[in-house]
Amino acid sequence: MANPLYAGRRRRNAIWTTLAYAATAFGLAWLVLILAALIWKGLEGMSLDLFTKSTAPPGVVGGLLNSIVGSLIQTGIGLAIGAPLGILAGTYLAEYGRNSRLATVVRFINDILLSAPSIVVGLFIYELLVVPVGHFSALAGGVALAVIGAPIMVRTTEDMLNLVPNQLREAASALGMPQSLVIRHVAYKAVRAGLVTGVLLAIARMTGETAPLIFTALGNSLFTVNPTGPMSSLPLIIYEFARSPYAEQQKLAWAGALLLTFAVLVLSISARALSAQTQQR
Amino acid sequence: MTATAISATPDAHSSTMDRARALGRLKFADASFFWMTIGSALIVLILLAGVAVSLFMGAWPAFREFGLGFLVSDAWSPPREKFGAATAIYGTLVTSVIAMLIAVPVGLGVAVFLTELCWIPLRRPIGVAIELLAGIPSIIYGIWGVYYFRPVMQEYIQPFLISTLGNVPLVGFLFQGPPFGYGVLTAGLVLAVMVLPFITAISRDVFDTVPPVLKEAAYGVGCTTFEVVGNVILPYTRVGVIGGVMLALGRALGETMAVTFVIGNATKIQSSILAQGTTISAMIANQFADADPGLFTSSLLALGFILFVLTFLVLAAARWMLARMELKA
Repeated sequence: MANPLYAGRRRRNAIWTTLAYAATAFGLAWLVLILAALIWKGLEGMSLDLFTKSTAPPGVVGGLLNSIVGSLIQTGIGLAIGAPLGILAGTYLAEYGRNSRLATVVRFINDILLSAPSIVVGLFIYELLVVPVGHFSALAGGVALAVIGAPIMVRTTEDMLNLVPNQLREAASALGMPQSLVIRHVAYKAVRAGLVTGVLLAIARMTGETAPLIFTALGNSLFTVNPTGPMSSLPLIIYEFARSPYAEQQKLAWAGALLLTFAVLVLSISARALSAQTQQR
Repeated sequence: MTATAISATPDAHSSTMDRARALGRLKFADASFFWMTIGSALIVLILLAGVAVSLFMGAWPAFREFGLGFLVSDAWSPPREKFGAATAIYGTLVTSVIAMLIAVPVGLGVAVFLTELCWIPLRRPIGVAIELLAGIPSIIYGIWGVYYFRPVMQEYIQPFLISTLGNVPLVGFLFQGPPFGYGVLTAGLVLAVMVLPFITAISRDVFDTVPPVLKEAAYGVGCTTFEVVGNVILPYTRVGVIGGVMLALGRALGETMAVTFVIGNATKIQSSILAQGTTISAMIANQFADADPGLFTSSLLALGFILFVLTFLVLAAARWMLARMELKA
C-alpha cells in the first residue's frame, strides 16, 4: 500500500464502483417509490363498485366497469389483428426471408416501428379510420393498438424461431413435409412458449398505451360494447380523472392506475418467465 | 389432411387420383402459407410508409401556408391562425437532453454494476427489477409525477436550484423564476427514469458480448474494475452503447403521456428550465381534441410529421449502430 500510484488507482476504483452501486440504488428507488405510491393510493380507491358500476359524473358513486371492459375489447381487437400479422411476418423473417434483401429491410423497418412514438401511430389511424368515417370508434383504437403490438410479435416470433435447431427442420423435410407444414407442425411446436411470450409482451404494451387512443377511441362515460362507437378504456380514464378537481374521480384514477399496472406487470413477468424457459431448452 | 396424403397407397387407380388431389391441395396450402407470411411482412413496410404518407398529407395545408418558416416560428395562436413548431421542437429537444444527461451515466452505472460488480445470484432479479421500470405504462409515470414528484420539485428541488445554481454566472439564467413544480426540468427528470431501463438493458447486453478472455487478461495484469470498464469494456462496446443511447433518445423524443402531465403545457419558449413549456407530443395530446379542422389540425399533424421524421432518423441511426455491433459479436 506504500505505492502512491497503486493507492490512487485503488481510490479511483473505489469511487467509481461506489457510483455504480449508487446508480443501481437510484434506479431501484424509483421502482419502489412508484409502486409504493400506486399501492398506497390505489388500494384506497378499491371497492366492489369499481367492477360493477360505470364511470359517473361527480357526486355520484361510480366505478370503472365501462373502462375495464373497454380496455379488454380494444386490446382484444388489437390482438385479433396484430397477432396473425406479427406472427406471420416474424415467420417470414425467420423461415423464408432470412438474409434476403426484403427481409433485411422489413427487419429494419420493424425495429423502427417497435420504438416509434405511439402518438404518431394514433395520428396515423386518426387520418386513416376516423376522418373518413367521420366519428371516433373503438375499432380505430383497436387497430392503433394492433400497429403498436404487431412489431413486438414480429420481433419475438423471429427471435424464437431462430432458436429452433436446423436439424429439426431438415429431419421433417427429409420425410417429405412441405416447408409450410415443417414450420407449422415442427418449428411452431418447438417454440410454442416463445410465441406466447411475444403475444403476452404485446398485450402488456397494448394495455398500457394511452396516446394512440386519445384520437381514435376518444373515451366514453357510458357502458358500451359497440366497437363502431367511442369507447372508454383504463388509460383514457386515468388520463381524464387524474386531472379532475374532484377527489372521488382522482380516487378512481388511482384505483385504475393500480389495476392497470398490476395487469401489465403480471403479463410482462409471466412473459419473461416463459421466455427464460424456452431459451433454456 | 397430411395423414391422408402420406398414407395413401399408390397401387389402385382411384387412390392415385386421390393422392394427386391431396398433393395438389398440399401444394396449394404450402404456397398460400408462404404468400400469407410474405404479405404480412409487406404490411409491416406499408404501415411505416402509411404513417409517413398520411401524416404528410394531413400536414400539407400547414406546410403550404407557412413554408419552411413553420420550423423556426415560435408563434402558436389558434385564434389568429398563426402556427409555428419552434416552441414544441425546443421543448422536445431540451427535455430529451436533460433526460439523457441523467439517464446515460446512471444507466451505464447500473449496467456496469450488473455485469461486473453484482453478486451473481442477485444479477437476474435486479436486472428484471430495472426492466420493470420500462414495463410501467407511461400514463402511470404521468399520474405519479404530478401527484408525488411535482410537489417534491416545487418544495425542495426547485427552490434549492434557484438559490444555488440560479446565482451562478453564465448558467444562472437556466435556473431562475418561481418554483411551479411543473416545468421542463420536471419532465426531463421523469423522462430520465423512463428511458433508464432501455440504456441499462442494451448496455448490459453489449457488455456481455465482450470476450471474457479480454477482461480476464486485463484483470490478470492487475487492472482494477474501473480500469477494465474504462479501457477494455467501453472501447470494445462503444458502438453498441451509443446505439442503445440513441434508442433511448428516440423513446424520450416521442414520449407523450408522462410529459403532458408534468411539463405545464405553456406554448412559449423560456430560457429557464424550471419554467413551464411543452413538447411536440404533449402539444398534440393536449390540443388535438379542441382543434378546428383546417389549419389548426393540420399544424398539429405537421408537428406529428416532424416528430416522426426526427425519431425515424434517431432510431435508424441507433439500429444501424446496433447492427454493426452485432456483426462484431
